[in-house]
Amino acid sequence: MLYSEKVMDHFQNPRNVGKMEDADGIGEVGNAKCGDIMKMYIKVNDGIITDVKFNTFGCGSAIASSSMATEMIKGKPLEEALEITNKAVVEALDGLPAHKVHCSVLAEEAIKAAIEDYYSKHGKE
Amino acid sequence: MEIYADNAATTKMSKTARDAMINCMDEYYGNPSSLYTIGQLAAARLSAARETVAACINASPKEIYFTSGGSEADNQAIISAAEFGRKKNKKHIVSTAFEHHAVLHTLMKLERQGFEVTYLDVHENGVVTADEVNAAIREDTILVTIMYANNEIGTIQPIKEIGAVCRERGVWFHTDAVQAAGHINIDVAGQNIDMLSISAHKFHGPKGIGALYARKGVPLTNIIEGGAQEKGKRAGTENLPAIVSMAAALKEACGNIETNAEKITALREKLIEGLKKIPHSRLNGDRYIRLPGTVNFCFEGIEGESLLLLLDAKGISASSGSACTSGSLDPSHVLLSLGLPHEVAHGSLRLSINEFNTDEEMEYIIKSVSEVVEYLRNMSPVWEDLTTGKKEFYFE
Repeated sequence: MLYSEKVMDHFQNPRNVGKMEDADGIGEVGNAKCGDIMKMYIKVNDGIITDVKFNTFGCGSAIASSSMATEMIKGKPLEEALEITNKAVVEALDGLPAHKVHCSVLAEEAIKAAIEDYYSKHGKE
Repeated sequence: MEIYADNAATTKMSKTARDAMINCMDEYYGNPSSLYTIGQLAAARLSAARETVAACINASPKEIYFTSGGSEADNQAIISAAEFGRKKNKKHIVSTAFEHHAVLHTLMKLERQGFEVTYLDVHENGVVTADEVNAAIREDTILVTIMYANNEIGTIQPIKEIGAVCRERGVWFHTDAVQAAGHINIDVAGQNIDMLSISAHKFHGPKGIGALYARKGVPLTNIIEGGAQEKGKRAGTENLPAIVSMAAALKEACGNIETNAEKITALREKLIEGLKKIPHSRLNGDRYIRLPGTVNFCFEGIEGESLLLLLDAKGISASSGSACTSGSLDPSHVLLSLGLPHEVAHGSLRLSINEFNTDEEMEYIIKSVSEVVEYLRNMSPVWEDLTTGKKEFYFE
């Protein structure tokens, strides 16, 4: 198989998929020309990410990376979420094929973009 | 339900082809180059296979060279023309933008060696015209290489008209007929084709075997050196079981061409009509000038690989021209050559059906594709931008 069982599970049963109408921060990364766009929505309370949703246009590993990333940041303080790397996403998915690693990079970037958006709207502290 | 709808990638071997192969392995194991009886019995099988393949495309047996497949045949045809061109100081080749990579990569190699290649536009419908070929031919043109039918979208090129133009202008004409052979009628003599490539596994034959037809008088250049096989033009002990099996498969396919085409075309039309109902989708390539069994659609707002994986989960095997399935960041060069933007080309789906598919399967495919497209669109930020008016739809 091209993908690990974990990737297939997150692709076929994505967690936290959907939109969020009252998001505190929204990050959108990637571009359609290259075939991947991730949009991540976060709800923040007292510096903690209390809820997260995502929408993704992309391949199986892009959807799985988004799903995994949302699980990894849900319930985490913003500072901790900012420290999540693409490598951690790849590891949590039990690996990605070499030419799909960029999907995990997008996931990391989507988290950072959503948090930056939150900071720009609500201030850093 | 298990539905194999990727026959343009490869086909299941027919019982006829399989039986021919096993019989050959059991009974004709000799080396056709050996003098003794067992070898000569094998040589007789080889000759018979060559006659069968030749008869299927209206060639003479002496004009058939067995190769490892379509890619090798394409390479040898183009390199042979280039070698001949070098001697005549002719270094221009005419082709199209949507050839198979076996042709395109060989042409790119020649470009690095000083050849010039004109890649004809294939227009929105994926069909070139003989007039355009005529206009592209120059004093120093040695070869026109244009595929018989496209492997991704299935459009058929005006081969007879192009052949006539090439003959009149004194330029060699090669066609990659890998998708066409066994599915539509080929007449190399009547169509003025100088070289033609075929591959057995596209018509229910085995993998790893193909043939190059080269008209009498076309000098071939060896790609593989080392022996006198194939009139000294392709060394290596002949893969006789595969050759015999290919001949049996081609004979069977050509014998049923009309019946199969009629049946498959009806299934294809049903499939196209059903998939067209999905909003913001489009059939790629000309509506009618196409192979009986090849259908290629783009669906806006989604990406092809996730579509394929979800269809696989529903038991449907298909393919896509998205970047993720091509192994690069760019979607298929074929879809881009039709003028489709990258983001639309990523959302493509190729379904290639055959005579063993059924009406019921077409209905299941239509239902499954519609469901999966809707599901993926619901989680796609691109679809959100399209439906909220942030981006414009490409198709109505």
